[in-house]
Amino acid sequence: MVKGLDDKIFNVAVYAILVFCALLAIFPILYVVSVSITPFGEVLRNGGFILIPRDVTFSAYKTLLTQSNLPQAFKITVLITVVGTAINLILTGLMAYPLSRKNLPGRRLVLLMIVFTLIFSGGLIPTYLIVKSVGLIDSVWAMILPNAIWSFNVLIMKSFFEGLPEELFESARLDGAKEFRILFQIVAPLSIPVIMTIGLFYLVGHWNEFFQAIFYVTDRTLFPLQVIVREILMQSQQPLENADNITPTQTMQMASVMIASLPVLIVYPFIQKYFTKGMLLGSIKG
Amino acid sequence: MALTALRKYWPFYVMLLPGVLFYLVFRYFPMYGMIIAFKDFSLMDGILRSPWANPWYKHFETFYQSPYFGELLRNTLLISLYKLVWGTIPPILLALLLNECRIRWLRAIVQTLTYMPHFLSWVIIFGILIALFSQNGGIVNRWIVEAGGSSYPFLTSTHTFRSVLVGSEVWQNLGWGAIIYLAAMAGIDPTLYEAAKVDGAGRLRMIWHITIPGIRSVIILLFILKLGHLLDAGFDQIYILYNIQVYPVADILDTWVYRTGLQQLNFSLASAVGLFKSLIGMALVLLANNVAKRWGEGIW
Repeated sequence: MVKGLDDKIFNVAVYAILVFCALLAIFPILYVVSVSITPFGEVLRNGGFILIPRDVTFSAYKTLLTQSNLPQAFKITVLITVVGTAINLILTGLMAYPLSRKNLPGRRLVLLMIVFTLIFSGGLIPTYLIVKSVGLIDSVWAMILPNAIWSFNVLIMKSFFEGLPEELFESARLDGAKEFRILFQIVAPLSIPVIMTIGLFYLVGHWNEFFQAIFYVTDRTLFPLQVIVREILMQSQQPLENADNITPTQTMQMASVMIASLPVLIVYPFIQKYFTKGMLLGSIKG
Repeated sequence: MALTALRKYWPFYVMLLPGVLFYLVFRYFPMYGMIIAFKDFSLMDGILRSPWANPWYKHFETFYQSPYFGELLRNTLLISLYKLVWGTIPPILLALLLNECRIRWLRAIVQTLTYMPHFLSWVIIFGILIALFSQNGGIVNRWIVEAGGSSYPFLTSTHTFRSVLVGSEVWQNLGWGAIIYLAAMAGIDPTLYEAAKVDGAGRLRMIWHITIPGIRSVIILLFILKLGHLLDAGFDQIYILYNIQVYPVADILDTWVYRTGLQQLNFSLASAVGLFKSLIGMALVLLANNVAKRWGEGIW
């Protein structure tokens, strides 16, 4: 009897702390949403931002989507996300498949080459000089090619391929199938889960692209979303140039934050299980 | 021999070609490019034709004797250590709680919500921090003022900035970090719990005597591996969140290399510092992997 009661108290405590953790994760995001739709009148009336405004307006979104560089940056980000992820997946798959053939001469050397980059790197400055000397500065390719392959993903995909049944390849080869056909028509369809997982990590990486842009790009029309959003966030001192100045600076800033994160937030719940799987795949290796 | 291998395996080598090319150009050429740490590099002359520095350790000496050396090293190590300490316990606690959660849907919701911040970029988190903590307009400062206090510049004060760094990192990775411990807990033999229940053990006792010992090796392993990355204090995060007021407490090796190299165009000095960091970093990672391997589980 006493024990049952103890158990109940324990359960309630566990659930309460878990709910608290969930709120801790979601509250800041909800608050950003709230600020992004607070009209100037509300700020004046309350002397600042409050948790839930009584009145809402989407004017900040409207201004950003019509009168700023945000739409252009959005296009760039979509472009590098789509093209970049496609290139990532093709290159990663093309590397992982031969490396999963255990009897391939030279396999260990290539693996060593990949693994070594996980523990040692040339660093920022030499990499910048190389990117510059291959002529990528100020092009969208500078945000795609220098990180076209993530070593961890090659290793993850390679171990997935190694788990596929060997007879599959042998019977295909007996039928005279060429290796490229085996990779694209037999291995790839069987590897959808790992391709999804790895692809999503690449995808989010591109969506959040920031550093390659500030390292290698000076042309403002090529700036991706995150760079523009940070610029808007840095303008905290002087108010945004806004003709009638009805929208508070912070409302404008948070609207830009929402525009940049909304796609991730909307898609995320549906693809979460792939990420979790990927995290565990990665940690077996790393 | 080599020729027959080539004839037999050529499609595989064709597949490897683009990837190997990528590694050579974007990973190995830069390693070669590190020689500019020993040269007086100028953009005009390029990597090859720039003259050698005299003496060869000139840039290393400049860095060692500059006031930055101590400050950068201290900031890098301190921020790293704080993150290591504060970042290890909360995910373990969350994993323990999730593991005890008997309501499936609650568990699923909590997991979904706490994993989410991991996918937000630092720019987005910077925006969130401004909404919460900025001096004018931040809701926390509004609460402080309403409670009779005076507003505080959390994001630009040397007293609070490191806490902002550690706190936002913990917030971002609380749920994500728990995944691996949860997986380890799922691997614990369920008969252990049944036996303990028969012996009349309560849930807290079971956590203490079964769950925690069951994931102990994973905890230690992860901790050792993270120690190997002690010099990576989080360039992405710090570059995006910091500002000139907090340089004394927030400037790390990586941010200084970026500013010195790409903003002040002092390529050789920045490369020297980058090389210094890469070498010590590699030694630390190898050492950590070695220790981890002795624990019975290597990383490759």
